[in-house]
Amino acid sequence: MSQPRLMQGNEACVEGALEAGLRFFAGYPITPSTEIAEMLAERLPRVGGVFIQMEDEIASMAAVIGASLAGVRAMTATSGPGFSLKQENLGYAAITETPCVVVNVQRVGPSTGMPTSPAQGDVMQARWGTHGDHPVVVLSPSSVVETYVLTVKAFAIADELRVPVVLLSDEVTAHMRERVVLPDPGTLPRGERPRAGRAPSDVPPMVHFGEGKRVLVTGLYHDPSGFWTENPEEADRLIRRLCGKVESRREQLTMVDRWYLDDARVAVIAYGCVARSALRAVRMARERGHRVGMLRLACLWPFPRHEVTAVAGRVEAIVVPEMNLGQLAGEVERAACGRCRVVGYQRVDSELIRPEELLPVLEEV
Amino acid sequence: MEGLRFLRSEHLPHLWCAGCGHGIVLGAVIRAMLRVGVDQDRTVVVSGIGCSSRAVGYLNMDTLHTTHGRALAFATGIKLARPDLRVVVLAGDGDLAAIGGNHLIHAARRNMGITCVCFNNGIYGMTSGQYSPLTPQGFRTATAPYGHLERDFDLCRLVEAAGATYVARSTTYHVQQTIEYVARALTHDGFSFVEVLTQCPTYFGRRNRMADPVKMLEWFRQRAVTVAQAGRMKPEDLRGRVVIGEFHRTEDVSEYTRSYQALISRLSGEGDRDER
Repeated sequence: MSQPRLMQGNEACVEGALEAGLRFFAGYPITPSTEIAEMLAERLPRVGGVFIQMEDEIASMAAVIGASLAGVRAMTATSGPGFSLKQENLGYAAITETPCVVVNVQRVGPSTGMPTSPAQGDVMQARWGTHGDHPVVVLSPSSVVETYVLTVKAFAIADELRVPVVLLSDEVTAHMRERVVLPDPGTLPRGERPRAGRAPSDVPPMVHFGEGKRVLVTGLYHDPSGFWTENPEEADRLIRRLCGKVESRREQLTMVDRWYLDDARVAVIAYGCVARSALRAVRMARERGHRVGMLRLACLWPFPRHEVTAVAGRVEAIVVPEMNLGQLAGEVERAACGRCRVVGYQRVDSELIRPEELLPVLEEV
Repeated sequence: MEGLRFLRSEHLPHLWCAGCGHGIVLGAVIRAMLRVGVDQDRTVVVSGIGCSSRAVGYLNMDTLHTTHGRALAFATGIKLARPDLRVVVLAGDGDLAAIGGNHLIHAARRNMGITCVCFNNGIYGMTSGQYSPLTPQGFRTATAPYGHLERDFDLCRLVEAAGATYVARSTTYHVQQTIEYVARALTHDGFSFVEVLTQCPTYFGRRNRMADPVKMLEWFRQRAVTVAQAGRMKPEDLRGRVVIGEFHRTEDVSEYTRSYQALISRLSGEGDRDER
């Protein structure tokens, strides 16, 4: 049994990555993600892995993809401005089906914003940041222990589906220290890359460099052999399969927590650091006799559409508190499909939404 | 003929224009690989974006066609993850010196064990003839219709200053030298860089009265002076000329992945102190 420890979110991310078998990290310093790089610079060579501080964010993402194609589990960590710079190569990882994990500890933006204060402004960038249609998996932790669990899960999903997975943390979750008891080593599934010889699937087997298979990996539209193609049918098949392999697993990827939803008249949908304030506000409202429930999302993309639609069908209103101008609220509205009112509650002033300010919102809707 | 095993013949003919020099450079790279006995199954060839970067499609080994300018950054990840593999980068002048300039100087500074061959045609071919940082001053391009005002990089001097430990330059006219330099680069322990001037009759030549590839090769022959000749020439006589030869060669600097492996070995005795 693991001992209780006082741990920071970024530290939990490092522990989770090492538990998942991380052996390569490339990054460029940017707060509030830097502790991840600093800790891995110390830890990775001790387990036979490699840490490198690259010359820029773009190079970091490129090196991570290179290392992953060479057969090791690889990750980078950054924050908003750095995440923007990684986008082209994120798309490259998506089209070449290269497993990798990108941690984005969100900070206020656009641009340098108010360094390095908290925000949740990268929800849509995580979904649509790179050009073209592409698959995306984005996980968003709300606590230190969950940062650990979701980091392990991110690697498992990345390998199983051969997709880049984004761990969308935030400054509060990353820098907060909590007493945690981590799951025992080896208890969380680590997943594995599809290799030659298993049943056919929409995720093709992965070949690593140096295996004598003489593969071509390209960011161009390519046919099943990997060679570039300008055939419209092949192009269509490729992109639909890439997006479809994540889309068709929406249910398995859905990760939600439910509180007091059975009799709720009003539901709160929240994620990340704000979910903690929101749960406190929900409990305060309950104590005052209001029938308020909550749905917390740990996987933002693919969006848990069915869960949200189901909640929308049973309540009069959904409140979506978030630290941006309604990036997820819009998606909730799409899923609610007019079944109930959707009310956003937003802050973009770098201050965390507090339970006390949310309580009157819950009471009034 | 032996070199044919290095080609994915089923994907030929290649997409380069008639008269393009890239086939000569690729041929020289393959001949150099044969000469030094490169293991086809333990070699990864990485490229960026552009005409020359399509070379990897025709090479019958593990190949990676990446994003514009980033070949060396991808290659760095591969080399660090698998130091036992030979990593070669084939990239164009725009790719390496403009959008990827930062990666070039830092790969050289780290002395990463990568062989980098620059296909320098002084132009952006795939986007149809805009100027690159290696377009010679005064020449016309699609984006320099009145003649190029900027000075061009001396890429060999740049990478040498940045820390590359093998640096050489040749042209498609000087094929035997090109093969020899690439062969030496492949056996070099550290960051090795070979720049090869290659002709683009379609986009560079046409705008500069050299639409015929032979004229461009003639131009390379006339322009080229060896390192030794250049040492005896006055600066004004060197204007407009290109110096070819080996500029720098040392193995006194530790190759980076070797240094990192030494760190891993040193720490392995101590174990992971933070282990739960």
